[in-house]
Amino acid sequence: MVAIDADTHIDTAPRNFLNCETGLWSWLTTHDHKRIGILYAIGITFFFFLGGAAATLIRLHLVTPNGAVLDAETYNKAFTFHGVVMVWFFLIPSIPATLGNFLLPLMIGARDVAFPKLNLASWYLYIIGGLFTICALLMGGVDTGWTFYTPFSTMFSNSNVFLVIVGVFVTGFSTIFTGLNFIVTIHNLRMPGMKWFKLPLFVWAMYAVSIVMVLATPVLAMTLALIGLERGLGVGVFDPALGGDPLLFQHLFWFYSHPAVYIMILPAMGVVSEIIPCFAKRDIFGYRFMVYALVAIAVIGFLVWGHHMFVAGMSVYAGLVFSILSFLVAVPSAIKVFNWTATLHKGAITFEAPMLYALGFVGLFMLGGLTGLMLAAPALDVPLHDTYFVIAHFHYVMVGGSVMAYLGGIHYWWPKITGKLYNEALAKFSAILMFCGFNLTFFPQYVLGYEGMPRRYAHYAPQFQVLNVLSSAGASILALSYLLPLAYLGWSLFRGAAAGNNPWDARGLEWQTTSPPPTENFFKPPVVQDAYAYDQPAP
Amino acid sequence: MNDRFHLLLPSASSLSGRIDALWWTMVLLCSAVAIGVFIMMWVFCIRYRKGKQIDRTLSRGTTPIELTWTLVPLVIFIGVFGWSLFLYAREKTPPADAQTIYVVAKQWMWKVQHPNGTREINQLHVPLDTPIRLTMTSQDVIHSFYVPAFRVKQDVLPGRYTQLWFEATQLGSFPLFCTQYCGLDHSRMGGQVTVMRPEDYARWLRGTGGNATLAARGAALFRSLGCSGCHGANASVHAPDLDGLYGRTVHLSDGSSVLADDVYLRDSILLPGKQVVAGFALIMPSFQGQVSEDDLLALIAYLKSTGPRTGDPGPRKATAILPASESTKNGRH
Amino acid sequence: MNASVNEIESLRDRGLLEKQFDDPVQQREAATLGMWVFLSTEILFFGVLFASYTICRILYPHGFAYASRETDFLLGTIETGVLLTSSSLIALGVRAIKLDQRALAAWLLAGTAALGVTFLVMHGFEYHKEWTEHLIPGLNFARGGPYARAIELFFCLYYFITGFHSLHVLAGVCVIGGLAIRVARGAFGPERFTTLELAALYWHLVDIVWIFVYPLIYLVGRAG
Repeated sequence: MVAIDADTHIDTAPRNFLNCETGLWSWLTTHDHKRIGILYAIGITFFFFLGGAAATLIRLHLVTPNGAVLDAETYNKAFTFHGVVMVWFFLIPSIPATLGNFLLPLMIGARDVAFPKLNLASWYLYIIGGLFTICALLMGGVDTGWTFYTPFSTMFSNSNVFLVIVGVFVTGFSTIFTGLNFIVTIHNLRMPGMKWFKLPLFVWAMYAVSIVMVLATPVLAMTLALIGLERGLGVGVFDPALGGDPLLFQHLFWFYSHPAVYIMILPAMGVVSEIIPCFAKRDIFGYRFMVYALVAIAVIGFLVWGHHMFVAGMSVYAGLVFSILSFLVAVPSAIKVFNWTATLHKGAITFEAPMLYALGFVGLFMLGGLTGLMLAAPALDVPLHDTYFVIAHFHYVMVGGSVMAYLGGIHYWWPKITGKLYNEALAKFSAILMFCGFNLTFFPQYVLGYEGMPRRYAHYAPQFQVLNVLSSAGASILALSYLLPLAYLGWSLFRGAAAGNNPWDARGLEWQTTSPPPTENFFKPPVVQDAYAYDQPAP
Repeated sequence: MNDRFHLLLPSASSLSGRIDALWWTMVLLCSAVAIGVFIMMWVFCIRYRKGKQIDRTLSRGTTPIELTWTLVPLVIFIGVFGWSLFLYAREKTPPADAQTIYVVAKQWMWKVQHPNGTREINQLHVPLDTPIRLTMTSQDVIHSFYVPAFRVKQDVLPGRYTQLWFEATQLGSFPLFCTQYCGLDHSRMGGQVTVMRPEDYARWLRGTGGNATLAARGAALFRSLGCSGCHGANASVHAPDLDGLYGRTVHLSDGSSVLADDVYLRDSILLPGKQVVAGFALIMPSFQGQVSEDDLLALIAYLKSTGPRTGDPGPRKATAILPASESTKNGRH
Repeated sequence: MNASVNEIESLRDRGLLEKQFDDPVQQREAATLGMWVFLSTEILFFGVLFASYTICRILYPHGFAYASRETDFLLGTIETGVLLTSSSLIALGVRAIKLDQRALAAWLLAGTAALGVTFLVMHGFEYHKEWTEHLIPGLNFARGGPYARAIELFFCLYYFITGFHSLHVLAGVCVIGGLAIRVARGAFGPERFTTLELAALYWHLVDIVWIFVYPLIYLVGRAG
C-alpha cells in the first residue's frame, strides 16, 4: 500500500471506495454508505427523468386550450404519475439518500453510518417500491392525482390505485430506515471533539429531516393502508356513502404530506448552507439561529397541515388556527434567507457553478416562500386554492428550491465523490439557463392562478392560452438545462481532470480526505475545527 | 363577455374588492421584500467579489440584527393574519337574509335548483346586489365550486352540505369552474354565473319556474316516500313531529342537543340511528340509496317551509300540512 | 468500560464489534437508540389507527358500543393477562441473563414466546367465532339494522388494528423464540445482552399497544 497522507495529491487515490472492489455484485451487496449513496443517485436520476417525461407531456399538451397531445384520461394519468414519481421517488430521497448517505459519516469523522446493512435494505426497499410504481404505469397508470383524495380514489377510480399504494408504502419504509440510521449516526458516531455546535449545518439539516421522516412517514403508510382496505373490501372509512368521512382522509394525508414538503426543503437548506460559506470564503452568518431555524421548521411543520384544507369543509376556527401556525413557520425560513444573504457581506465571493445554484436557490425559495405566505391567509387562499397559483408556489420551492440545491450539491461534491472535475463553463451556463427557464416556466403560472385557471385541467378556457404557451416555452429551456448536466458530468467521469483533495479550498471534514475517499473514509483521523472556519487555513 | 384575457380580474362581488385589497397589499409587501433581498444579494456579490480590495473585517455581535429580522417579520405576519381573519370570518358568514339556492354536483356537471322550482345545468342566474347562499352537496366525489370573479370557492362534498355566499355587484356573465379534481371530465365541468337586475331575475324565474316549487316537490316526495305515514298528523306510529322543526333545538336520547339544520335533516333521513330524538325508539328505516341528492334537497326545502316556530317539540299538534284524509290514505309503512 | 486497543481488535475479529463503531459501549448505545427510534415509528403507526378509531367512535357512539358488545370479552381479557404475563417474563429473562443465570433466562424467553403463541391462538379463535357470526366486512358481513354501517366500520378497524398488532406479536414470537434457543446455546451472557434488551423493548411496546386496544375495542359498550 502506498503511503498516503492528507496532502497527497495524485490523480486518483490508488485505493478508494470506487476501485476497491469491482463488479456489479460488489455494488449490490455493499455496506459502504458511499456506494449506497451512488446507488441511490442512479435510481433518483432515473425517476427524475421519468417524472420529467410526464411533465414534458403535460406542458406539450397544455399549449392549446383543447389539448392536442393527450386525451383527458391520459392527461389525468400523466399529472398523477408526475406527482407520485417526483414526490416519493425523487424529491424525498434525493438529497438525504444520495448526498446525505455519502457525506454524513464523512462530515462527522465516522467510518460509516450506524447500521450499514439497514442502509442497504433501505435502498432495496426504494427500488422495490419503484418497481411497483412502474408496474402500475405499465398496466395503464393511475388517475387519482398524487393526493389520492377519497372517495374518488377508493370508490370511483378504475385505475391501478392498489399497485401504486403498495409502491409508495414500501418506499416509505426506505425513508423511515434512512431517517432512523441518520439519527443514531449523528447521536453516536461523531468523532471525539465533534460537538453538536461544531457540526456543519448540512448535518443539522440531516438530523432535522430524519426526525420528520421517522415521525411522519408511518402516518402515510397507515393512511394508504386504509385506502387499500376501503378499496379492496368496500368498508366505509372515508366514503360517506358507506358512513365514512372524506375529510378524515384529508387530515390524515396532509398530516404526513405537509411535513413531507419539509423533508424536501430542509436538506436543500443544508446544502446551501455549505456552499455559500465556501464560495464567499467566510463563516455562515448566525450559525446558532440557523440551527434553531432548522429545528423550528421541523417542529412547526407538523402543526400546519390544515392549510391545505381551508376550503375543504373545515370549520372557520380550525382554519384560523392553521393559518396563524402557517405564518409562524415562515419566520424561521425568513431568518435563513436573511442569514444566507448576510453571509455574502464581507466575503470574498467567487461564482463557480455550485454558488450559482445556491444563489439561485435563495432567490427562488424566497419567492416560493413569500407566495406561501399569501396562501397562508385563508381569505386569500379561498380564491387561490386549487389554481395554478398553488402549482407555481410549490414548484418554486420544490424545483427552484430543492432541485437547484440538489444540483448545486451534486456539483459541489462531485470532485469529492468521483475524484474528477467537471467542465466549469458548461456548468455555469447550465445553471443560468436553468434559472431563466425555470422562471419562464413557472412565473406565468402565478398569473394564471390569480386569473382563475384551476389546476389538473386537461382543457382550459381560451383566455389562459398565452400564459400557458409562455410556460411551456420555458419548460423546454428548463428541460435542456437538466439534460446538459447529464452530459458534462458523465463526460467528466471519463475525461475530467483530477480533482485533488480540496479543489474549492472548503472547510469540513470531508475535504480532509482524498477524492474519492477510501472505503473507511479517512486514511488518518481528520482535524476538527469550528464549523465554517474560513478565517483559518485548511488543515 | 369575460372570455378575453384581462390582467385584472373583474371584481364582481361585495367582498372581492376587500379581498383584492389584501391581495395587492401582499403582492406589494412580498415584492418589496423580494426586491430588497435581491438588491442586497447583487450589491454584496459585486462589492465583495474576490479580488476586490475592500474592508472585510467582520463585526462582532450579530444577535441584535438577527432578533430584528426575526421579530419584524413576525409582527408583520400577525398583522396580515389579523386582517385576513376578519375578512375570512366575513366570507364564511352569510347574512341572515341571504336567499338560498341549492347546488348538486355530480360527475361532471353542476345542477342548480332555485326554491321556486327553476332548475339549471352548469348555469346559475342570480340577482344583482342580493346576498345569495349556495347550499351544496355532491352525488359522488368531491368537487369544488369556484367563481374567480367573485373570489369565492368551496369544496362540495358527498354526504354533507357545504355552503358559500356572495353578493354580486356587477351585471354580466362570469365563469364558473370545478376546481377539485373529480375524474375524467373535471376540466369540462364548468359554466357561467349570470348576474341580472332583480326585476329581470324575477321575470326570468317566473318564466322558467315550471309547475312546482322546490318545497312543493318536497311535499309530494314526503307523501310518496311514506314519510307522512309515520310523521304525519294522524299516523299511529310514535314519531317526532316535523312541523316547524327546522331551526329548532332537538334533544337527543344520549342527552345532548343539536340544531335541526340541513345537515341534521339529511342525516336523519339517511342515517336515522346517528341521532335519535329523546323519548323515541329507533324504528325509522334508512332511506339511503332510495332518495337522490336533488330529492333530499326538495324534502329539506319542504320541511323548512313548514315553519319556523318557537317552543320545544311537544306532543303532536293538529296543524298538519296535509289534509287529514290524505295522510290516513297512506297509513303506516 | 474502556477497552484497550487489543481488546477492540479481538472483538472485531470475533465479529462482536462492527467496523463503524469505536468500542462496544458506542455499539450498544447506538443499538438502543436505534430501537427507541424504531419504537417511536411504531407508535405513530398505531397512532393513526387509534386516531381513526377515535374519530369514528365519536361519529357513531351507539353503533360502536353495540359492536363492541359483539367482541368476545372473555377471550379478550384472558389475552390481556397472557400478554402482561409474557412481558414480565421477558423482563425477568433479561435480568436473569445479566445475573448469568442462562438456563433460567432461556426458559423465561421460551415462556414469553409460548405465551405469545397462546395469544395468537386465542385470537385465532376470536376471529373464527366472528367468522361464524358473519362479522367480517367485505367477506361475509351480514348485519342489518340502523347501526349496520357503524358495526361494519367498527369491525373493519378491529381487524386492522388487531391484525396489525398480531403481525407484530408473530414477529416478536419468532425473534424471541430464536433468541431463547441462542441463549440456551450460550450466545449471550452478562457481558453480551444488548440484543435481548432490545427484543424486550420491542415486546413491551407490543404489550403497551394491546393495553390501549383492550379497553377501546372490548370495553366500550360494556361499562355500566
